[in-house]
Amino acid sequence: MKNQKKKSEFLYFALRNKKLQVGLSIVLLFLMLALIGPMLVHNKPFAYVDPSGAQPPSSEYWFGTTSFGQDIFSQFIYGLRASFLVGIIGGGIGTFLGMLIGFIAGYRGGIVDEILNVITNIILVIPTLAVLLIIAAYLQVRSVLTESLFIGFTAWPWAARAIRAQTFSLRTRDFVDMARMSARKPLKIIATEIAPNMMSYLVMTFILQFGGAILIATTLDFIGLGPTNAVSLGLIMQWAVLWGALQFGSWWWFIPPGLAITAIVGALYTMNVGLDEAFNPKLREM
Amino acid sequence: MLRLDHVSKIYKTGTFGGKELHAVNDVSFDVKNREIVSLIGESGSGKSTLGKMILRLLSVTKGTISFDDIDVSTLKGVGLKEYYRNVQGVFQDPFSSYNPIFKADRIFSIIREEFFPGVDGAEWTQKVDKSLESVGLNPEHVLNKFPHQLSGGQLQRFLIARALLLDTKFLVADEIISMLDASTRIDVLNLLVDLKDRGLSILFITHDLSLGYYISDKSLILYRGCIMESGSTQKIYKKPMHPYSKMLMASVPRLDRKWEKMDIDLKGEHSKSPMGCAYYARCQLASKDESCIRSNPPLVEVEPDHFVACIKL
Amino acid sequence: MSLRVENLTVYYQTLRGDVRALENATFGLADGEIMGLAGESGCGKTTLGQSLIYLVPPMRLIKGQVTIDDEELPINDTDKMDDFRFNKISIIPQYAMNAMNPIRKIGTMTEELLGSKKVDFKSILPELKRRLDLVKLSHDVLNMYPIELSGGMKQRMVMVLSTLLDPCLLIADEITSALDVASQKAVAEMLVEFRNQHCCRSAIVITHDISILYQIADTIMIMYAGQLAEKGSTDTIIKTPQHPYTKMLISTLPEVGVQHSEKQLTGIPGNPPLLLNPPTGCRFRERCPVAFEKCMEIPPFIEIKPGHFIACWKETGENA
Repeated sequence: MKNQKKKSEFLYFALRNKKLQVGLSIVLLFLMLALIGPMLVHNKPFAYVDPSGAQPPSSEYWFGTTSFGQDIFSQFIYGLRASFLVGIIGGGIGTFLGMLIGFIAGYRGGIVDEILNVITNIILVIPTLAVLLIIAAYLQVRSVLTESLFIGFTAWPWAARAIRAQTFSLRTRDFVDMARMSARKPLKIIATEIAPNMMSYLVMTFILQFGGAILIATTLDFIGLGPTNAVSLGLIMQWAVLWGALQFGSWWWFIPPGLAITAIVGALYTMNVGLDEAFNPKLREM
Repeated sequence: MLRLDHVSKIYKTGTFGGKELHAVNDVSFDVKNREIVSLIGESGSGKSTLGKMILRLLSVTKGTISFDDIDVSTLKGVGLKEYYRNVQGVFQDPFSSYNPIFKADRIFSIIREEFFPGVDGAEWTQKVDKSLESVGLNPEHVLNKFPHQLSGGQLQRFLIARALLLDTKFLVADEIISMLDASTRIDVLNLLVDLKDRGLSILFITHDLSLGYYISDKSLILYRGCIMESGSTQKIYKKPMHPYSKMLMASVPRLDRKWEKMDIDLKGEHSKSPMGCAYYARCQLASKDESCIRSNPPLVEVEPDHFVACIKL
Repeated sequence: MSLRVENLTVYYQTLRGDVRALENATFGLADGEIMGLAGESGCGKTTLGQSLIYLVPPMRLIKGQVTIDDEELPINDTDKMDDFRFNKISIIPQYAMNAMNPIRKIGTMTEELLGSKKVDFKSILPELKRRLDLVKLSHDVLNMYPIELSGGMKQRMVMVLSTLLDPCLLIADEITSALDVASQKAVAEMLVEFRNQHCCRSAIVITHDISILYQIADTIMIMYAGQLAEKGSTDTIIKTPQHPYTKMLISTLPEVGVQHSEKQLTGIPGNPPLLLNPPTGCRFRERCPVAFEKCMEIPPFIEIKPGHFIACWKETGENA
């Protein structure tokens, strides 16, 4: 009964938390757009639809057109997809690797912990930009998947650190000793005793990785290290700047994608704060 | 059944691990069949560390712990599982022994998954019910509940029932009743004696002298990781010989007599002697005698079944 | 000094309603009396002790009156109580020894504490040194940090601080629980010494360990589930208790010298009631072996012999 009470107690506070409500709605809104948008938009993102160059928003082209006459709104919708994809895959890989390394280092301690710590520190310290430039030189064609993989494999140290710390403190609890005395294997103990107790932590870590991945991807896209065969919000902004939107004042080209990124990542972080309040009774405002 | 031979647990402390902390220092004793042995010590005496080493939750730095003549530290895999079939433990805080997000019965299902995978539902329910009844719990009242819905006494008995599901021959009870209310303590204590009559051996770790006296056949008095006095409970309590034991007996508040006016040196509590007798800094018998810190005093038999580690006697 | 508590009732406010932690406590304390306040966890003893000096939310005063030396104590008004704290009534809270600021030297902390009570540190220093000698602490302690002291030393330091301004009433909440046996004896005996030397006039010692009370208390008051059960001289309560709960409680205490094989003790069946919705009348009636219909009404706490109070219909007769 307590689990139900706890679940409903959590849901009670979660659903009433303003930050969670606002954040979640914004994210869901953009997610809807990304999922069903392409069906509502008839123009392909790279199609040249309007020969008259960069046009401000109108009833036909809601976000206007680029200087090549492409429909920005359709680019925007398809770009949303790419951004969410990077978030899920990059954030997912980051969280997964962070969990793997963090749990093992935290549970085992000793020499295993030392070795994993060294690896974590090395990855943290590597200048990811330099590595990416080298990769870009070798891979002429890069996809959204490549970008997600790269982000995932370089962003996990933060998650690993946090999860390791939590695992350390949970490991000394009596119920873990009880599981050890029941001849349970360590991996099983991590999965069945430690991870469930950290559920809230893991969810919040994933959200942070998700938002972080989108941000990193946008930055990479903007400076030209993004995918070569796709459209993403960061790429739209890159093209805008590259093709003179700033000089010509075509604000409709770079403001919508920029605002969208800000809104999505901001909403994700707000959701996280709201979730923290819902999970942690001490932070709730009475 | 269980034997400890010169067991020590040494931790490296200080920057770069230069200094050593002996949590347990050269402890040897044994527990036979159907025996309750009390391990009496205050905080810092190493009693919990000993319990955890016996339960294979901590590694042994020096010495050997043997169960039925097999060195416990060599057990792995299947051998270790067999060990846990025979040796189990119950700890001090009943609430922290349960994973708070699950129901209390989960501790039974863990045992079932690991030790009885082939047993079918009805047979298992019977087994569990029998175990619960043998510790004085009514299955209808305690099954299917979360830990916070049960009382401390019920939770501790639940844990004992879990040990009884296996073929437990040896139970390590680490301060299991110190967090319970006075009215429930006695019931759990009586249960332990009951179990002994049914064939269990128990290592009863406690800081409370009167509890140790109530249920144990043999006692060991521990101070700073070393055994000060050991032997039959009756003999130790009736005639304590070690200065530390004497101080303990005189300082314990009792309901049948008032404290004597005894001057206890409190200044010595913080200092530690580098080697030799652990009690040297506070001992009134030693009074700066160098021979006490030259080496660890050995356990000497002063009368049948009564050993003391003090060279001044 | 004399303390008089009348009908003190304090509840805790929680999300699920009021927890009735203390119900109608009525008792008195004479000059120089060390009263032990004992009971199991959740019986209300810490609530009683704390409400006399620091009644803040979530505690809520429902009714009741406390008078010291015929002067009413404004326990509901935290600001007005400030004038009484430390000089008339003082407390050693549970875990006080762990609550000292780790980055302050003891001497500095004392100076700041006294400064907040408008007492000049230098003028009281000779008296402070005398007290330190009394508890066998060296004067160097004032220059040390809390981490350099052992548990027993910290506890003695806290005792000195709490009684520095000679309060009339000292409330000691579980001051011996976390200490080893030797320190326990020293701290308990020091409390009696303080009373004998008039560092405090009377004391209420809150603990769950009745054997310590047997050693140092003049009277003992037993509480159960927020209600007072029995109060009497130490010998009366230990040797000839009258209340059924007290009788059963004393009989569950194992003695050094008694083995299971000689005399098997029995516990009290059942559990203490939850105080969110406690049973009406005497809260012990569900576990009491001699309960009867009248127990559905709350028994009054009355004096059956000089200095011996009890709240039980069976013992005091139905027409009490």
